[in-house]
Amino acid sequence: MIRVQRQDFDVGTEIEALTRGRTDVGAVVSFTGQVRDDAEGDRLKSMTLEHFPGMTERELMRVEEEARVRWPLLDVLIVHRHGELLPGDRIVLVATLSHHRSDAFEAALFLMDYLKTRAPFWKRELRESGERWVEARGSDDEAAARWR
Amino acid sequence: MKLLYFAWVRQKIGRSEEVVDPPANVRTAGDLAAWLVLRGEGYADALADLKRVRVAINQEHASFAAPVGAGDEVAFFPPVTGG
Repeated sequence: MIRVQRQDFDVGTEIEALTRGRTDVGAVVSFTGQVRDDAEGDRLKSMTLEHFPGMTERELMRVEEEARVRWPLLDVLIVHRHGELLPGDRIVLVATLSHHRSDAFEAALFLMDYLKTRAPFWKRELRESGERWVEARGSDDEAAARWR
Repeated sequence: MKLLYFAWVRQKIGRSEEVVDPPANVRTAGDLAAWLVLRGEGYADALADLKRVRVAINQEHASFAAPVGAGDEVAFFPPVTGG
């Protein structure tokens, strides 16, 4: 299941909804990505995430399908926000459910690596010094490439 | 043909979408970008260096060698930075 939304999400509520009434799930892994202010002396005021309505949802669905082919997952959830976010705000949630922990751990890492290089989102930062688009990182491409 | 632009490609071109009717010698996404570059400074600034740009045809990632036609929706954008 994937969702692209402006509003915040609650990790506990999402995990509860995924696992409620199930007795076959042995492992739940969740990853939450947050807006980080890591610049020294040039503080991040806000970040705006632009997306491609339609294609963004389709790419996230493709990434989920790919993970389900590679690992025996009982469920998958990807929630990704768009719009204006502040330092400390949640951006993305990936949750994986499986019988055994290694499948859930590996699939969660795969989902994040893949969505970072495939899902059409673009971050624009507003810093004290001005505005700038975040540039794609080669290390993200390398992280995605190791799954090929 | 419907064109969509995102992030700094949109800002440089100055619009988020438009409908165009390119000439018959525009056969690929790369041809389309090269034709758009001729339309003005903003287009040239956005699309002259295709190493910095990505393309999607009908909401699927594509290469600049991929064919484009009259009914296609073609999107140009920078490498993605979500997550």
